[in-house]
Amino acid sequence: MTSSPPLPAVAEPVEEAELLSHEVVPLRHPWRWVATAVALVLLAQAVHALVTNSAFQWAAFGYWFFRPVVLDGLWLTLQLTGLAAVFGLLGGIVLALMRLSRNPVLRAVAWGYIWLFRSIPLIVLLLFLANVTALYSTLSLGIPFGPSFVEFSANDLLSFYFVAVLGLSLNEAAYAAEIVRSGIISVDQGQLEAAAALGLPKSRQYRRIILPQATRAIIPSYANQLIGLLKGTSVVYITSLLELFGVVQTQASVNSGQIIPLLVVGTIWYIILTSLLSVVQYYLERHFSRGALRTVPPTPFQRLRASLRTVGVAR
Amino acid sequence: MTAAVVVRGAVKSYGAHRVLDEVDFIARAGEVTAIVGPSGSGKSTLLRAINYLEPLDSGYVTVQGELIGVRLHRGRLHQLSERAILRQRSRIGFVFQNFNLFPHLSVLENVIEAPITKGVPKPQAVARAQELLVKVGLKDKAGAYPRQLSGGQQQRVAIARALALEPDLVLFDEPTSALDPELVGEVLTVLRDLAAAGTTMVVVTHEIGFARDVADHVVFLDAGRIVEQGPPRQVLLAPEHARTREFLGKLV
Repeated sequence: MTSSPPLPAVAEPVEEAELLSHEVVPLRHPWRWVATAVALVLLAQAVHALVTNSAFQWAAFGYWFFRPVVLDGLWLTLQLTGLAAVFGLLGGIVLALMRLSRNPVLRAVAWGYIWLFRSIPLIVLLLFLANVTALYSTLSLGIPFGPSFVEFSANDLLSFYFVAVLGLSLNEAAYAAEIVRSGIISVDQGQLEAAAALGLPKSRQYRRIILPQATRAIIPSYANQLIGLLKGTSVVYITSLLELFGVVQTQASVNSGQIIPLLVVGTIWYIILTSLLSVVQYYLERHFSRGALRTVPPTPFQRLRASLRTVGVAR
Repeated sequence: MTAAVVVRGAVKSYGAHRVLDEVDFIARAGEVTAIVGPSGSGKSTLLRAINYLEPLDSGYVTVQGELIGVRLHRGRLHQLSERAILRQRSRIGFVFQNFNLFPHLSVLENVIEAPITKGVPKPQAVARAQELLVKVGLKDKAGAYPRQLSGGQQQRVAIARALALEPDLVLFDEPTSALDPELVGEVLTVLRDLAAAGTTMVVVTHEIGFARDVADHVVFLDAGRIVEQGPPRQVLLAPEHARTREFLGKLV
């Protein structure tokens, strides 16, 4: 039976050639237009309320936004975030590899570290470290449990800057470890087998085969973590270190009535930094999707240009 | 012909289940040895024991006369270092059922990865890789990524990758089982070419036609034991054992 079934009967008979030549008129969505209008009105109201409410003191905002004291705080925030991100990630990779190792002692140590530092609130950790002189009066470098070569007084060594970087890094490493581990175990077991079957040394199996693939899974979670860290640096003001939030806080206490514009200044700077991180995240994700997607998605600029081209604005 | 692979008294259990039960196996140099049998019969485990992806509980494996994964010292077998095992594996090509190409590396990068790691200068490794890609019919795909290729093309890249180190022998673990029927032929063609060139091959396969036409020696495995073995005409066309006949009968 190879004969094709008869065409379904149409109420008003139409020529087949005509059917084939017609374009399909897309379905209209009137309620989408209503929802769009409502959303725009609400947005306009919110902006209006922000701009016209005198409590925000936009003139004061303009005064503070680029004040050197604020920019110094911003710079310190960036330093703390950057250093803690680097040390935290390095520590996290080491901890993740330890947790995945076949050595039960290494596994237990890494698990214990993560358990401990995820349990201690960052603010408590920072206060502990800032008062470390109360715990250890000297730190020494030498053979473990044996003679020491150099001794530091904990007082000299632990400047508040150092305490902040150390505390943030210790905390960050515990979270980064779990993110890195989740990325590594998301890579197909067959990849390790193939690398082993080719005789690649263990270090190269990780560096060249596993980590680049794990990175793709790691980036979204780690970007979240970094944004958390960026804002988390505001906690270090309790060690009297003047990063962005510390500056806002102290300036507000000496300039009465300025707290709202100062908070807005801090908020906008945090929003700008977070936005920059999001952009970096987008391009990193795109880079590491190499090979995972058949075609890499266009960048927002390429998409914008494409849509302008269809409207006829650009070529 | 000398023995390329010797497996003696291979035993492997997963819990109470004995996957390999005292298997003795030989693959001769320059020949194609096909391992056939029902699923769960231990075929893949036997193959993976040959390059120590699956260490045996007891028994031993030699390739070209060299013990794999262990060494004999004062009458006892000692496990080799990770590094030494990896060095041995680089002389044994392995082709997986699911290809296991590195998806983030291009076809060319997949093929040159192992030679480069072993210290072959890059231009030389690239030249050799391009030769191999011609051999498997993929010379235009050097810059493509694995996911842009069909299953048959991916498996041919995997074969080129396994050959890049000029191994003494190549192991194939059901190389066509994950492929659409129409793509099986292109991979089998490459295997035939390799066989014709005198490559020592051990192939776990469900392609009885391929085993009959290309293999020099066929081993029928069931429940972790070798039921019968011999030339393909004998094992596949005139099997002696009822179990072999039953298995082959189901495939027709």
